[in-house]
Amino acid sequence: MFYREAGDFKTSYVDDSQTFPISFDRYRYYFVLFVAFALLPFMVDDYWASQILGPFLVFSIAAIGLNILTGYCGQVSLGTGAFMAVGAYSCYKLMTGVDIWYPAVCDGSRILFFWCSGRAEYQIWFQLPEINILLSILLSGFITALVGVFFGLPSLRIKGFYLAVATLAAQFFLIWLFNSASWFYNFSATGQITAPDTFVAGVQVTGAETQPWALYMVCLVFAFGCAWMARNLTRGSIGRRWMAIRDMDIAAEIIGVNPLKAKLTAFAVSSFFIGIAGALFFAVVSGTAEAGDVFGIQTSFEILFMIIIGGLGSIFGSFAGAAFIVILPVALRVIGTEMFGWPSEIVEHFQFVIVGALIIMFLIVEPHGLARLWQLAKEKLRLWPFPY
Amino acid sequence: MKDTYEPYVTEDGRQIGGVLMEMKNITLRFGGVVAIKDISFDIREGEIRAIIGPNGAGKSSMLNVISGFYHPQEGEVWFKGEKRKPMKPYQVAQQGVARTFQNIALFEGMSVLDNVMTGRLTHMKSNLLQQVMWWGGAEKEETANRERVEKIIDFLEIQHIRKTPVGRLPYGLKKRVELARALAAEPMLLLLDEPMAGMNVEEKEDMSRFILDVNDEFGTTIALIEHDMGVVMDLSDRVVVMDYGKKIGDGTPDEVRSNQDVIDAYLGVSHD
Repeated sequence: MFYREAGDFKTSYVDDSQTFPISFDRYRYYFVLFVAFALLPFMVDDYWASQILGPFLVFSIAAIGLNILTGYCGQVSLGTGAFMAVGAYSCYKLMTGVDIWYPAVCDGSRILFFWCSGRAEYQIWFQLPEINILLSILLSGFITALVGVFFGLPSLRIKGFYLAVATLAAQFFLIWLFNSASWFYNFSATGQITAPDTFVAGVQVTGAETQPWALYMVCLVFAFGCAWMARNLTRGSIGRRWMAIRDMDIAAEIIGVNPLKAKLTAFAVSSFFIGIAGALFFAVVSGTAEAGDVFGIQTSFEILFMIIIGGLGSIFGSFAGAAFIVILPVALRVIGTEMFGWPSEIVEHFQFVIVGALIIMFLIVEPHGLARLWQLAKEKLRLWPFPY
Repeated sequence: MKDTYEPYVTEDGRQIGGVLMEMKNITLRFGGVVAIKDISFDIREGEIRAIIGPNGAGKSSMLNVISGFYHPQEGEVWFKGEKRKPMKPYQVAQQGVARTFQNIALFEGMSVLDNVMTGRLTHMKSNLLQQVMWWGGAEKEETANRERVEKIIDFLEIQHIRKTPVGRLPYGLKKRVELARALAAEPMLLLLDEPMAGMNVEEKEDMSRFILDVNDEFGTTIALIEHDMGVVMDLSDRVVVMDYGKKIGDGTPDEVRSNQDVIDAYLGVSHD
């Protein structure tokens, strides 16, 4: 009834190309923003913030990042987990102060600094000051972007599945590097990285005593910022360059798209978002991380599933996919244990079965993902209550 | 045919200028196969130049040489009075050469409007930072380019499908959208690879009208490959005829029509 373009006249191209051209859509979007920014911070408890909303927002950012690369530019990547690890470890190094070492004598032989296991015998050459956490997260994004561009170079020669396999190299190499070079985890005995307590304007945002609302707000602000930037990039000329490369690279080149530049910017922007997601996940949401554990190949696949289920080439789809993968298992667990009172092991097994079945069902019913379902629903809504 | 390169005005009042593109002794080989043998011809500003010939004559290869896909082993390409260095297709596009394809090469995942907007990419210069911020530079540029694109959409009469995904369109309209995308680049030279292939008479008439209008209104120089002789003879100012990679005729439609080699190539004589 009220969801339609009729009567909603656009008199300028700016109006016509806005993100939510239908006024009802626009108000719904403002409403969601209002709930997310003004209501939820007062309602979240520790469990919701660190187990549900935090991971959901962080994985949404990662999914947006991968969606830019795979959904918009058509380059398949399986290195997402590793790029998140790059973000996490750069953030750790930046927030604890990057230490730069002399090549030191290690076990009698002269080798590079970061492969030494102990710390005491070696001299710090230079130590950067600790950087503000929010700035660290942003900078980790830029560092990851550089790493992403480097591992994106093969995309200029190889395509499709072969590129996916090439990005696997990034996945295994980077995780190996973070596990074996002790410099990255500040020579700690456990091999883990743990975020120290940091404060932004007097409010603690990392560390064990972080308030749930602070955790949630940091994630939300970054998620909102990333989604907004991603939308801006994909609606304009750079987004069209990416999509042209995705849909038909030869035709794209003939109309003046430099494939090298387009693919590498896609890798850079995508890795930027993924790096921010990794940094947030480590520093704010979980507080501690180990490369192989949380940023392994499994994470790469999970994020790939998010964008496939959510919808390739859609920002909304990234959020929907992240919600599906992150929130659904939790919701099932809550329903199983608290509503039906089943034992938690049984619920856990059922959770795998149900999520797996739903993934298959979704892909059969709607191969273009949740975003497409959403779009179809909106098209139906436009005519409702009339059939046509 | 005028042999001099002096500008002249055609019978229907169009201005033909100097030489825009000149191919000098182009030879293109794929391994042992010689696709193009020592061909020279020129394209003059403002004219409609047709390249015809039987199947496998090397017409499409010629177009690919012009648009930078293939790099000839011998010969030179001169554009706007300068010898062109070997360049990638996107650099050729940035110089002001646009083209369409024999089998449609549209971006199926995008709407008609987005497809035509991709044609403007060579004119869109805003950088990543401006794009991220959107407000200001990027939005202004987008709007300015959108205005140009809307003119082309208007011109080619595809307003009603502006927001339709390209994948849903029928063949004839796809061809028109592809022409729109090429036109959006405001090229100096427009290459059309069989613009009428697979069309019915009505669609062919529409397309011919558009080609003439484009040439007339925008003054775009057009080089086209076409198999429909009626269309070629009606539309073009000059015709190059190729057969087996060689040039066998060059001149006005009337001259070409009476050329014995051309008649032989089309009607068939024994090649010895």
